[in-house]
Amino acid sequence: MDWQVIIANFPLLMSGLVKSLQLTVVSALFSFPLGCLIAIGRLSHRRWLSGASTAFVNVLRSNPLILILFWFYFLVPLITGRNVNDLTSIIVAFIVFFAAYFAEIVRSGIQSVGVRQIQAGLSSGLTYAQTMRHIVLPQAIRAMLPALITQCIVVFQGTTVVYVIGYSELLHTAASIAERTVRPVELYVTVAAIYFIVCYSASRIARHFEKGAA
Amino acid sequence: MRYEFDWGLLWREPYFGWIVEGVLTTFHLALLAWVLALCLGIVIGVLRVTNSRVLRAIGTTYVEIFRNIPLIVQLFLWLYVVPQMLPREFSFWWNRLDNVPYWTAMIGISFYTSARLAEQIRSALRAIPPGQFKAGLSTGLTQVQVYRYVIVPYALRIIIPALTSEFLTVFKNTALALTIGVIEITATTRRIEAWSFRGIEAYTVASLTYIATTILVILFMSWLERRYQIPGLIKRGEARA
Repeated sequence: MDWQVIIANFPLLMSGLVKSLQLTVVSALFSFPLGCLIAIGRLSHRRWLSGASTAFVNVLRSNPLILILFWFYFLVPLITGRNVNDLTSIIVAFIVFFAAYFAEIVRSGIQSVGVRQIQAGLSSGLTYAQTMRHIVLPQAIRAMLPALITQCIVVFQGTTVVYVIGYSELLHTAASIAERTVRPVELYVTVAAIYFIVCYSASRIARHFEKGAA
Repeated sequence: MRYEFDWGLLWREPYFGWIVEGVLTTFHLALLAWVLALCLGIVIGVLRVTNSRVLRAIGTTYVEIFRNIPLIVQLFLWLYVVPQMLPREFSFWWNRLDNVPYWTAMIGISFYTSARLAEQIRSALRAIPPGQFKAGLSTGLTQVQVYRYVIVPYALRIIIPALTSEFLTVFKNTALALTIGVIEITATTRRIEAWSFRGIEAYTVASLTYIATTILVILFMSWLERRYQIPGLIKRGEARA
């Protein structure tokens, strides 16, 4: 064991971690609103809209992230007709993939509020939009919050998948240092510890909100 | 978008043989990992609800460790780190095995999944009325017997829906085994794409494999759920008024 290699390469690992976190934040920021739209689509009375949204969610949820990544990595340059950089394909794949998961969380959040609340809101003279805005959504968001945070942890863990494409997030950075220094044990143990610390802290926060909601 | 389709490619050798091989690898890797994960998950899940503080702490630590490290990182740990920690004779034997990445992936996916399953099993065990346990003890069963004959069979039925979704997760997670060199279906189609530049056709095969299996598993499990319904509990779809 020689932990010197970790100290020497610590700034590099941290820059990898920053890239992982950036990818997580960008994906979550865009896929959450997209997921909300799809969730509303699934609850719509228009058959084609709910059918299309359901198909979108089910197809994406039955495929592994890594395969979706390969799909977009191949398709994005083909559709746009020019060479885009790796990061663009990765971000598009992540947004589309995780939108399906966010859609399910939002849908069950909205459904957990219950029809009677909507009826009560409407009968007290509020419009449908006002009922949604003041009665349903505040309750739905409170109910969803722990699941949303947990989903962000899943997104963060999912960023390790882009290792296969060679984007230098935390895992890929560590792997290339491991290859260069021939110290895989030290590097992978360190990287595992970093992921553990981030995910464990985030899951504590999720649990805090879970207790607060109950 | 300019792209000429050539679906016939999939039936030509060597691609067709690769695809069959890849699909089979995905299936038996998923099944083996699932069985092992279920065994581990039941043990850990039970540990987490016992009265002993020490056992509960062991269970909690296990779950937190395996849940909070991404699966690919765990696979790397099993492949590069664990063999170095074990006795020399063992790693010597291990490295001479035929298909080290395959067995590594199986172990890695099992441990990762077992932590998630343990949580499902724990909440199912919590859902069992405590009266069941007391009734079991008062009929003269030992504590172990109560778990074996009353609690676990009951809990297994309650968690069928959760087990379904966890199985599908395992099934999808086998794709990550490609990062340590297992040639399952996703890796196969990636390889076909690299050889022929026919990405759409190749990835369609992989996607259809996952989608078709998902549908079959869901159909089978909802049949199972109806078959082993516990009388008196809320059925699927009845919960909503």
